[in-house]
Amino acid sequence: MKINLWINDKAFESEVAPDTLLIDFLRANGFYSVKRGCETSNCGLCTVMMNGKPILSCSTLAARANGQDVTTIEGVQEEALEVGGFIADQGAEQCGFCSPGFIMNVISMKKELVDPSEEEIKKYLAGNLCRCTGYMGQARAIKNYLDSAKEE
Amino acid sequence: MFTIENYIMVDSLDEAYELNQSRSNVILGGIMWLKMSNRKIENAIDLSNLGLNTIEEDDDSFKIGCKCTLRELEVHQRLNDQFNGILRKSVEHIVGVQLRNGATIGGTIFSRFGFSDVLTALLALDSYVELYKGGIVSLEDFIAMRTDNDILVRIIIKKDNRKVSYSTLRKSSTDFPVLACAVAYKEDTWKAVLGARPGTAKAVEFNASKNPTKEDVDTFMEKIKENISFGANHLGSKEYRSILADVLVRRNIEEITSGGINEN
Repeated sequence: MKINLWINDKAFESEVAPDTLLIDFLRANGFYSVKRGCETSNCGLCTVMMNGKPILSCSTLAARANGQDVTTIEGVQEEALEVGGFIADQGAEQCGFCSPGFIMNVISMKKELVDPSEEEIKKYLAGNLCRCTGYMGQARAIKNYLDSAKEE
Repeated sequence: MFTIENYIMVDSLDEAYELNQSRSNVILGGIMWLKMSNRKIENAIDLSNLGLNTIEEDDDSFKIGCKCTLRELEVHQRLNDQFNGILRKSVEHIVGVQLRNGATIGGTIFSRFGFSDVLTALLALDSYVELYKGGIVSLEDFIAMRTDNDILVRIIIKKDNRKVSYSTLRKSSTDFPVLACAVAYKEDTWKAVLGARPGTAKAVEFNASKNPTKEDVDTFMEKIKENISFGANHLGSKEYRSILADVLVRRNIEEITSGGINEN
Protein backbone atom coordinates (compact mmCIF):
# COMPACT_ATOMS: atom_id res chain seq x y z
CA MET A 1 0.00 0.00 0.00
CA LYS A 2 1.09 3.56 -0.60
CA ILE A 3 1.61 6.00 2.26
CA ASN A 4 2.40 9.71 2.26
CA LEU A 5 3.75 11.32 5.38
CA TRP A 6 5.96 14.06 6.68
CA ILE A 7 9.17 13.08 8.44
CA ASN A 8 11.01 16.00 10.01
CA ASP A 9 9.13 18.39 7.71
CA LYS A 10 10.13 16.51 4.58
CA ALA A 11 7.48 14.76 2.48
CA PHE A 12 7.85 11.02 1.91
CA GLU A 13 5.84 8.79 -0.38
CA SER A 14 6.42 5.08 -0.16
CA GLU A 15 5.05 1.61 -0.79
CA VAL A 16 4.87 -0.41 2.43
CA ALA A 17 3.50 -3.78 3.45
CA PRO A 18 0.36 -3.30 5.61
CA ASP A 19 2.09 -4.83 8.64
CA THR A 20 5.23 -2.69 8.43
CA LEU A 21 5.94 -1.08 11.77
CA LEU A 22 6.80 2.59 11.84
CA ILE A 23 10.22 1.85 13.39
CA ASP A 24 11.15 -0.36 10.43
CA PHE A 25 9.91 2.21 7.94
CA LEU A 26 11.91 4.97 9.61
CA ARG A 27 15.11 2.95 9.81
CA ALA A 28 14.70 1.82 6.21
CA ASN A 29 14.60 5.49 5.29
CA GLY A 30 17.81 6.29 7.14
CA PHE A 31 16.54 7.47 10.51
CA TYR A 32 18.90 5.28 12.50
CA SER A 33 18.43 7.22 15.75
CA VAL A 34 15.22 5.23 16.21
CA LYS A 35 16.32 2.18 18.18
CA ARG A 36 14.69 -1.20 18.59
CA GLY A 37 14.73 -2.32 22.23
CA CYS A 38 12.23 -4.50 24.05
CA GLU A 39 9.59 -4.92 21.30
CA THR A 40 7.03 -5.28 24.09
CA SER A 41 6.13 -1.57 24.24
CA ASN A 42 7.98 -1.12 27.52
CA CYS A 43 11.39 0.49 27.03
CA GLY A 44 10.79 3.75 25.14
CA LEU A 45 13.89 3.40 22.95
CA CYS A 46 11.86 3.74 19.77
CA THR A 47 10.11 6.98 20.84
CA VAL A 48 9.28 9.42 18.04
CA MET A 49 6.65 12.12 17.88
CA MET A 50 3.54 11.85 15.78
CA ASN A 51 1.75 15.17 15.39
CA GLY A 52 3.82 16.42 18.34
CA LYS A 53 2.96 13.60 20.75
CA PRO A 54 5.48 10.97 21.85
CA ILE A 55 4.60 7.49 20.63
CA LEU A 56 6.25 4.10 20.38
CA SER A 57 7.27 3.53 16.77
CA CYS A 58 7.67 -0.20 17.49
CA SER A 59 3.96 -0.38 18.30
CA THR A 60 2.62 1.82 15.52
CA LEU A 61 1.90 0.67 12.00
CA ALA A 62 3.55 2.71 9.26
CA ALA A 63 0.12 2.71 7.60
CA ARG A 64 -1.24 4.65 10.55
CA ALA A 65 1.33 7.38 9.94
CA ASN A 66 -0.20 8.00 6.52
CA GLY A 67 -0.93 11.72 6.25
CA GLN A 68 0.69 12.42 9.62
CA ASP A 69 3.64 14.44 10.79
CA VAL A 70 6.43 12.31 12.27
CA THR A 71 9.44 13.74 14.08
CA THR A 72 12.60 11.83 14.96
CA ILE A 73 15.58 13.18 16.85
CA GLU A 74 17.14 14.13 13.51
CA GLY A 75 14.34 16.69 13.18
CA VAL A 76 15.00 18.39 16.51
CA GLN A 77 18.79 18.33 16.42
CA GLU A 78 19.42 21.67 18.05
CA GLU A 79 17.22 21.00 21.05
CA ALA A 80 18.43 17.39 21.27
CA LEU A 81 22.04 18.56 21.40
CA GLU A 82 21.18 20.92 24.20
CA VAL A 83 19.45 18.19 26.25
CA GLY A 84 22.31 15.80 25.43
CA GLY A 85 24.81 18.33 26.75
CA PHE A 86 23.08 18.44 30.12
CA ILE A 87 23.01 14.65 30.22
CA ALA A 88 26.71 14.45 29.36
CA ASP A 89 27.53 17.02 32.06
CA GLN A 90 26.14 14.56 34.61
CA GLY A 91 27.90 11.57 33.07
CA ALA A 92 24.43 10.15 32.55
CA GLU A 93 24.70 9.17 28.90
CA GLN A 94 26.63 5.93 29.65
CA CYS A 95 26.25 3.60 26.63
CA GLY A 96 23.88 6.06 24.95
CA PHE A 97 21.57 3.48 23.43
CA CYS A 98 18.49 4.79 25.26
CA SER A 99 19.41 8.45 24.72
CA PRO A 100 17.49 9.20 21.48
CA GLY A 101 14.19 7.88 22.87
CA PHE A 102 14.84 9.49 26.23
CA ILE A 103 15.67 12.88 24.72
CA MET A 104 12.60 12.77 22.46
CA ASN A 105 10.42 12.22 25.51
CA VAL A 106 12.15 14.99 27.46
CA ILE A 107 11.49 17.39 24.59
CA SER A 108 7.84 16.25 24.46
CA MET A 109 7.55 16.74 28.22
CA LYS A 110 8.93 20.27 28.02
CA LYS A 111 6.30 21.13 25.43
CA GLU A 112 3.45 19.52 27.33
CA LEU A 113 4.08 20.30 31.01
CA VAL A 114 4.48 23.75 32.47
CA ASP A 115 7.10 23.89 35.22
CA PRO A 116 6.78 20.20 36.15
CA SER A 117 7.62 19.01 39.66
CA GLU A 118 10.20 16.28 40.21
CA GLU A 119 7.35 13.80 40.67
CA GLU A 120 5.70 14.89 37.41
CA ILE A 121 9.02 14.55 35.58
CA LYS A 122 9.49 11.03 36.93
CA LYS A 123 5.95 10.07 35.93
CA TYR A 124 6.35 11.49 32.42
CA LEU A 125 9.64 9.72 31.82
CA ALA A 126 8.63 6.41 33.43
CA GLY A 127 8.33 4.81 30.01
CA ASN A 128 12.02 5.27 29.19
CA LEU A 129 14.20 2.52 30.58
CA CYS A 130 17.99 2.72 31.01
CA ARG A 131 20.04 -0.37 31.83
CA CYS A 132 23.28 1.51 32.64
CA THR A 133 22.36 4.17 35.15
CA GLY A 134 20.25 4.49 38.25
CA TYR A 135 18.40 7.42 36.64
CA MET A 136 19.80 9.88 39.18
CA GLY A 137 22.18 11.43 36.64
CA GLN A 138 19.35 11.86 34.14
CA ALA A 139 17.14 13.35 36.85
CA ARG A 140 19.79 15.96 37.67
CA ALA A 141 20.34 16.64 33.96
CA ILE A 142 16.63 17.19 33.26
CA LYS A 143 16.30 19.50 36.25
CA ASN A 144 19.30 21.55 35.05
CA TYR A 145 17.94 21.61 31.50
CA LEU A 146 14.51 22.83 32.60
CA ASP A 147 16.03 25.39 34.99
CA SER A 148 18.20 26.68 32.18
CA ALA A 149 15.20 26.91 29.82
CA LYS A 150 13.33 28.89 32.50
CA GLU A 151 16.18 31.38 32.75
CA GLU A 152 16.17 32.03 28.99
CA MET B 1 4.52 -11.51 15.33
CA PHE B 2 1.25 -10.78 13.57
CA THR B 3 0.90 -10.37 9.83
CA ILE B 4 -1.58 -8.20 7.95
CA GLU B 5 -2.61 -8.80 4.37
CA ASN B 6 -4.72 -5.66 3.86
CA TYR B 7 -5.05 -2.46 5.83
CA ILE B 8 -8.43 -0.84 5.46
CA MET B 9 -9.27 2.64 6.67
CA VAL B 10 -13.05 2.40 6.76
CA ASP B 11 -15.44 5.25 5.95
CA SER B 12 -18.33 4.04 8.08
CA LEU B 13 -19.15 1.82 11.02
CA ASP B 14 -21.37 -0.20 8.70
CA GLU B 15 -18.39 -1.01 6.50
CA ALA B 16 -16.31 -1.88 9.57
CA TYR B 17 -19.06 -4.13 10.94
CA GLU B 18 -19.45 -6.01 7.67
CA LEU B 19 -15.71 -6.59 7.43
CA ASN B 20 -15.48 -7.60 11.07
CA GLN B 21 -17.85 -10.55 10.59
CA SER B 22 -14.99 -12.64 9.23
CA ARG B 23 -12.82 -14.17 11.95
CA SER B 24 -9.70 -13.47 9.93
CA ASN B 25 -10.35 -9.72 10.14
CA VAL B 26 -9.59 -7.51 13.12
CA ILE B 27 -10.53 -4.03 14.28
CA LEU B 28 -7.36 -2.27 15.32
CA GLY B 29 -6.99 -0.63 18.71
CA GLY B 30 -3.54 0.49 19.79
CA ILE B 31 -2.00 -2.86 18.65
CA MET B 32 0.24 -3.05 21.74
CA TRP B 33 -0.89 -6.62 22.41
CA LEU B 34 -2.03 -7.57 18.94
CA LYS B 35 1.43 -7.04 17.48
CA MET B 36 2.90 -9.59 19.88
CA SER B 37 0.45 -12.28 18.81
CA ASN B 38 0.90 -14.70 15.92
CA ARG B 39 -2.38 -13.79 14.28
CA LYS B 40 -2.55 -13.89 10.53
CA ILE B 41 -4.92 -11.03 9.78
CA GLU B 42 -6.54 -10.80 6.40
CA ASN B 43 -8.06 -7.34 6.79
CA ALA B 44 -6.95 -4.96 9.53
CA ILE B 45 -9.77 -2.48 10.06
CA ASP B 46 -8.88 1.04 11.15
CA LEU B 47 -11.63 3.28 12.58
CA SER B 48 -9.41 6.37 12.79
CA ASN B 49 -11.36 8.33 10.17
CA LEU B 50 -14.69 8.03 11.95
CA GLY B 51 -14.24 10.84 14.47
CA LEU B 52 -14.32 8.46 17.42
CA ASN B 53 -11.37 10.07 19.18
CA THR B 54 -13.30 12.64 21.18
CA ILE B 55 -14.57 12.95 24.75
CA GLU B 56 -17.95 14.67 24.77
CA GLU B 57 -19.69 15.97 27.84
CA ASP B 58 -23.34 16.86 28.31
CA ASP B 59 -25.46 17.50 31.40
CA ASP B 60 -25.85 13.80 32.20
CA SER B 61 -22.78 11.99 30.98
CA PHE B 62 -19.41 11.76 29.31
CA LYS B 63 -19.21 9.93 25.99
CA ILE B 64 -15.75 8.63 25.20
CA GLY B 65 -15.07 7.53 21.63
CA CYS B 66 -13.41 4.14 21.25
CA LYS B 67 -10.35 5.67 19.57
CA CYS B 68 -9.55 7.91 22.54
CA THR B 69 -6.19 7.05 23.99
CA LEU B 70 -5.51 6.26 27.62
CA ARG B 71 -3.45 9.45 27.75
CA GLU B 72 -6.48 11.48 26.65
CA LEU B 73 -8.44 10.04 29.57
CA GLU B 74 -5.55 10.82 31.88
CA VAL B 75 -5.27 14.50 31.01
CA HIS B 76 -8.97 15.34 30.49
CA GLN B 77 -9.59 17.82 33.28
CA ARG B 78 -13.41 17.71 33.39
CA LEU B 79 -13.52 13.93 33.34
CA ASN B 80 -11.13 13.70 36.22
CA ASP B 81 -12.69 16.53 38.20
CA GLN B 82 -16.03 14.73 37.99
CA PHE B 83 -14.87 11.36 39.24
CA ASN B 84 -12.27 12.17 41.89
CA GLY B 85 -9.46 11.61 39.39
CA ILE B 86 -9.90 7.84 39.31
CA LEU B 87 -9.49 7.56 35.54
CA ARG B 88 -6.18 9.39 35.77
CA LYS B 89 -5.14 7.25 38.73
CA SER B 90 -6.12 4.09 36.88
CA VAL B 91 -3.98 4.76 33.82
CA GLU B 92 -1.00 6.80 35.02
CA HIS B 93 1.02 3.73 36.01
CA ILE B 94 0.53 1.96 32.70
CA VAL B 95 4.08 1.81 31.27
CA GLY B 96 4.71 5.34 30.00
CA VAL B 97 3.23 8.34 28.25
CA GLN B 98 4.26 6.97 24.84
CA LEU B 99 2.31 3.75 25.29
CA ARG B 100 -0.68 5.61 26.67
CA ASN B 101 -0.63 7.86 23.60
CA GLY B 102 -1.15 4.72 21.51
CA ALA B 103 -3.34 2.38 23.57
CA THR B 104 -7.05 3.05 23.02
CA ILE B 105 -9.93 2.80 25.45
CA GLY B 106 -11.92 0.78 22.90
CA GLY B 107 -9.18 -1.81 22.47
CA THR B 108 -8.67 -2.07 26.20
CA ILE B 109 -12.31 -2.48 27.19
CA PHE B 110 -13.40 -4.65 24.25
CA SER B 111 -10.58 -7.09 25.06
CA ARG B 112 -11.73 -7.31 28.71
CA PHE B 113 -8.11 -7.72 29.82
CA GLY B 114 -7.84 -9.30 33.26
CA PHE B 115 -4.99 -6.98 34.23
CA SER B 116 -6.88 -3.87 33.14
CA ASP B 117 -6.69 -0.93 35.51
CA VAL B 118 -9.11 1.19 33.54
CA LEU B 119 -11.77 -1.53 33.37
CA THR B 120 -11.62 -1.76 37.18
CA ALA B 121 -12.09 2.01 37.50
CA LEU B 122 -14.91 2.19 34.96
CA LEU B 123 -16.83 -0.61 36.67
CA ALA B 124 -16.97 1.48 39.83
CA LEU B 125 -18.70 4.23 37.87
CA ASP B 126 -22.13 4.12 36.21
CA SER B 127 -20.57 3.02 32.91
CA TYR B 128 -22.05 1.69 29.69
CA VAL B 129 -20.72 0.61 26.34
CA GLU B 130 -22.36 1.59 23.08
CA LEU B 131 -22.12 -1.32 20.65
CA TYR B 132 -22.78 -0.76 16.96
CA LYS B 133 -25.40 -3.52 16.69
CA GLY B 134 -25.96 -4.40 20.32
CA GLY B 135 -26.90 -0.89 21.44
CA ILE B 136 -26.14 0.47 24.88
CA VAL B 137 -25.44 -2.11 27.59
CA SER B 138 -24.05 -1.70 31.06
CA LEU B 139 -20.32 -2.32 31.34
CA GLU B 140 -20.99 -5.04 33.91
CA ASP B 141 -23.26 -6.89 31.45
CA PHE B 142 -20.79 -6.33 28.63
CA ILE B 143 -17.90 -8.01 30.39
CA ALA B 144 -20.13 -10.98 31.12
CA MET B 145 -20.99 -11.33 27.41
CA ARG B 146 -18.97 -13.57 25.12
CA THR B 147 -16.59 -11.72 22.82
CA ASP B 148 -18.35 -11.35 19.47
CA ASN B 149 -17.91 -9.45 16.23
CA ASP B 150 -19.75 -6.31 17.24
CA ILE B 151 -17.96 -2.96 17.50
CA LEU B 152 -17.49 -1.00 20.70
CA VAL B 153 -18.22 2.54 19.55
CA ARG B 154 -18.22 4.55 22.77
CA ILE B 155 -17.96 4.29 26.52
CA ILE B 156 -20.63 6.26 28.36
CA ILE B 157 -20.17 7.34 31.97
CA LYS B 158 -23.21 8.77 33.72
CA LYS B 159 -22.72 11.65 36.10
CA ASP B 160 -24.52 10.55 39.24
CA ASN B 161 -22.42 12.21 41.91
CA ARG B 162 -21.16 8.97 43.36
CA LYS B 163 -17.99 9.16 45.41
CA VAL B 164 -15.18 6.96 44.14
CA SER B 165 -11.65 5.98 44.99
CA TYR B 166 -9.01 3.84 43.33
CA SER B 167 -5.80 2.16 44.39
CA THR B 168 -3.51 -0.62 43.25
CA LEU B 169 -0.51 -2.51 44.47
CA ARG B 170 2.36 -2.99 42.03
CA LYS B 171 5.74 -4.57 42.47
CA SER B 172 7.28 -1.80 40.41
CA SER B 173 5.61 1.42 39.41
CA THR B 174 4.95 0.69 35.72
CA ASP B 175 4.27 -3.04 36.01
CA PHE B 176 0.89 -4.77 35.88
CA PRO B 177 -0.99 -4.46 39.14
CA VAL B 178 -0.85 -7.36 41.59
CA LEU B 179 -4.36 -6.23 42.47
CA ALA B 180 -6.47 -3.24 41.44
CA CYS B 181 -9.31 -1.93 43.56
CA ALA B 182 -11.99 0.69 43.04
CA VAL B 183 -14.71 1.59 45.52
CA ALA B 184 -17.81 3.71 44.96
CA TYR B 185 -20.51 5.05 47.25
CA LYS B 186 -23.93 6.40 46.36
CA GLU B 187 -27.16 6.62 48.36
CA ASP B 188 -26.37 3.99 50.98
CA THR B 189 -24.91 1.58 48.46
CA TRP B 190 -21.22 0.70 48.40
CA LYS B 191 -19.63 -1.00 45.44
CA ALA B 192 -16.20 -2.62 45.45
CA VAL B 193 -14.49 -3.66 42.22
CA LEU B 194 -11.43 -5.88 42.20
CA GLY B 195 -9.33 -6.25 39.07
CA ALA B 196 -6.16 -8.11 38.17
CA ARG B 197 -7.43 -10.94 40.40
CA PRO B 198 -5.77 -11.95 37.96
CA GLY B 199 -9.07 -12.50 36.09
CA THR B 200 -11.34 -9.83 34.67
CA ALA B 201 -12.50 -7.25 37.19
CA LYS B 202 -15.58 -8.08 39.22
CA ALA B 203 -17.90 -5.96 41.35
CA VAL B 204 -19.85 -6.55 44.55
CA GLU B 205 -22.42 -4.24 46.15
CA PHE B 206 -23.36 -3.78 49.78
CA ASN B 207 -25.87 -1.58 51.58
CA ALA B 208 -24.53 0.64 54.34
CA SER B 209 -24.55 4.28 55.29
CA LYS B 210 -21.95 6.80 54.14
CA ASN B 211 -20.10 6.26 57.41
CA PRO B 212 -20.13 2.49 57.79
CA THR B 213 -19.26 0.94 61.13
CA LYS B 214 -16.35 -1.47 61.46
CA GLU B 215 -18.93 -4.30 61.57
CA ASP B 216 -20.48 -3.05 58.32
CA VAL B 217 -17.09 -3.06 56.61
CA ASP B 218 -16.26 -6.51 58.01
CA THR B 219 -19.56 -7.85 56.64
CA PHE B 220 -18.85 -6.18 53.28
CA MET B 221 -15.44 -7.86 53.19
CA GLU B 222 -17.04 -11.23 53.87
CA LYS B 223 -19.47 -10.66 51.02
CA ILE B 224 -16.61 -9.70 48.72
CA LYS B 225 -14.70 -12.86 49.58
CA GLU B 226 -17.81 -14.98 49.02
CA ASN B 227 -18.45 -13.48 45.59
CA ILE B 228 -15.05 -12.69 44.16
CA SER B 229 -12.45 -15.36 43.66
CA PHE B 230 -8.73 -14.71 43.47
CA GLY B 231 -6.08 -16.65 41.64
CA ALA B 232 -2.32 -16.97 41.48
CA ASN B 233 0.18 -15.92 38.84
CA HIS B 234 3.79 -14.75 38.76
CA LEU B 235 2.85 -11.51 40.53
CA GLY B 236 1.18 -12.98 43.57
CA SER B 237 -0.57 -15.93 45.17
CA LYS B 238 -4.28 -16.37 45.70
CA GLU B 239 -3.83 -15.90 49.45
CA TYR B 240 -1.75 -12.75 49.00
CA ARG B 241 -4.39 -11.21 46.74
CA SER B 242 -7.11 -12.08 49.21
CA ILE B 243 -5.24 -10.25 52.00
CA LEU B 244 -4.48 -7.34 49.68
CA ALA B 245 -8.15 -7.04 48.73
CA ASP B 246 -9.02 -6.55 52.37
CA VAL B 247 -6.43 -3.78 52.75
CA LEU B 248 -7.22 -1.96 49.50
CA VAL B 249 -11.00 -2.02 49.95
CA ARG B 250 -10.76 -0.69 53.52
CA ARG B 251 -8.29 1.97 52.41
CA ASN B 252 -10.59 3.10 49.59
CA ILE B 253 -13.62 3.19 51.86
CA GLU B 254 -11.64 5.34 54.28
CA GLU B 255 -10.68 7.68 51.46
CA ILE B 256 -14.34 8.18 50.59
CA THR B 257 -15.56 8.58 54.17
CA SER B 258 -12.80 11.07 54.94
CA GLY B 259 -13.55 12.98 51.74
CA GLY B 260 -9.86 12.96 50.86
CA ILE B 261 -7.91 12.00 47.82
CA ASN B 262 -5.34 9.28 48.29
CA GLU B 263 -2.62 9.94 45.73
CA ASN B 264 -1.00 6.55 46.30
